[in-house]
Amino acid sequence: MLDGIDFDVPAGTVFSLLGPNGAGKTTTVNVLTTLMKADGGTVRVAGHDTATEAKAVRSEIGVTGQFAAVDELLTGLENLQLMADLHRLGADEGRQVVTGLLERFDLVESARKPASTYSGGMRRKLDLAMTLVGNPRIIFLDEPTTGLDPRSRRTMWTIIRELVADGVTIFLTTQYLEEADQLADRVAVLDQGRLVAQGTPDELKRRLPGTHVRLRFTTAAELDAAARILTGSTRDDEALALRVPSDGGTKSLRALLDMLDEYAISAEEFSVHTPDLDDVFLALTGHTTEAVAK
Amino acid sequence: MSSPSTVMLRRNFKHIARNPTSVFNAVLMPVVIMLMFVYMLGDAFDVGVDYVDYATPGLMLLAVCYGLGSTATSVNSDMTKGIINRFKVMDISRGAVLTGHVVASLLTNLVAIGAIIGLAFLLGFSPSASFLDWLGVVGLVVLLGFAAGWLTVALGLAAKSPETAGLSTVPLVMLPFFSSAIAPAEKMGPGVRQFAEYQPFTPIIETLRGLLNGTPSAGTAIAALAWCVGIGVVGYLWARSTFKKRA
Repeated sequence: MLDGIDFDVPAGTVFSLLGPNGAGKTTTVNVLTTLMKADGGTVRVAGHDTATEAKAVRSEIGVTGQFAAVDELLTGLENLQLMADLHRLGADEGRQVVTGLLERFDLVESARKPASTYSGGMRRKLDLAMTLVGNPRIIFLDEPTTGLDPRSRRTMWTIIRELVADGVTIFLTTQYLEEADQLADRVAVLDQGRLVAQGTPDELKRRLPGTHVRLRFTTAAELDAAARILTGSTRDDEALALRVPSDGGTKSLRALLDMLDEYAISAEEFSVHTPDLDDVFLALTGHTTEAVAK
Repeated sequence: MSSPSTVMLRRNFKHIARNPTSVFNAVLMPVVIMLMFVYMLGDAFDVGVDYVDYATPGLMLLAVCYGLGSTATSVNSDMTKGIINRFKVMDISRGAVLTGHVVASLLTNLVAIGAIIGLAFLLGFSPSASFLDWLGVVGLVVLLGFAAGWLTVALGLAAKSPETAGLSTVPLVMLPFFSSAIAPAEKMGPGVRQFAEYQPFTPIIETLRGLLNGTPSAGTAIAALAWCVGIGVVGYLWARSTFKKRA
């Protein structure tokens, strides 16, 4: 599943593993969090070997998996209390921590309702709150916003930023370039179990094809003519399309259209593209994310 | 402050309180079956003794088996919904969540058996067991509940979904009917008779029957204990390895 991946995460930073479904993100998290053993190599978390010092690793980490791991039959309050009891916090300290987390995650009103009645966003919040009961210094977040509506996603981002401000180290997996861009200090791109790129979000974006305009024509002759006048463009003969670098602003678009007009060339189709995860993948691996998705 | 296993057991109790139908079934079904066989059909069985005296030990065993389905289902939903992974990445004893399920299952069994014995007395049950015999009955029942509990936890962990987990205990629910629980093995047809004579529940039932009659026999008791310990050890080891492997 995973093939020789290698990275370091400095304490107090956010490291994001970016990749499509089936790339091996969850497997990586499972290995790092002692749920699975790697066939080879060494993994050290907080200075402890995950294979030989699993208990020491577990005492340092908090994990919020891809699917909210809350007890649906218990209320939000009981879920948090369960974690406090398992961490052997005393009655007073436990109550304090639980109340504090309910307030911080805006769950006070629904604290006495069973978790099965919670919305997706509330479940994720409760899940993360449960992870925080033990006050871990390293937190693993496996696709914390997949399936959330845009508003809940923003809330989750704010919470993650607050954790970072408290000095927590975060290992985050995501399918969304934007999310890695927003939160991470360093990003690694995972594809079919291999790391294909690593760097700061800015470094990665520089390696991407920038925003561009895509023009599609009806005849090869028109494509030829357009390719001659638009320097710096790349052509796709099969689709009779031309890719023209552009900043996507109205001024440069007008200039482009004027130029086509001037040479009496008309394009069948016109669209503006900004880079997304598909472009990262195309640029880094030569295939799109769909080819990998299960 | 309490141990992780106690915390987990408390969690199981809350589950039962929130979703009482599962325990209700575990207690009600054996009671209904007892009413059917003993009260409605009891006079039709010719077993040489009062039928309620004959059938009660087997029905106690049936009461254990009927409780297992809900245990398997709830273990499996812990597994498939990811909460077990949450516990596994915490620095707590790893088996605590499983121990919680086994103990909750055992306590459900004891409630069901209590109901069966209570009903048996109402239907004219007259055991001639001494105090020591009764202690033996309790001991064997607890051992059986514990062993069946571990096997059920293993079945629950190994199943793909809560539904298949519930189904996986059906053979255990059927097994008492193909033993000497309801009728003596020697009155069954060929094939079924041999199966009934040699399957694990028959020596367990015969031992309970002997103890309740005040005439325990060492031979069947040893076989019964061996089966219980065997089932328990296999269940425990299977549960442990599945728990470790499945992430």
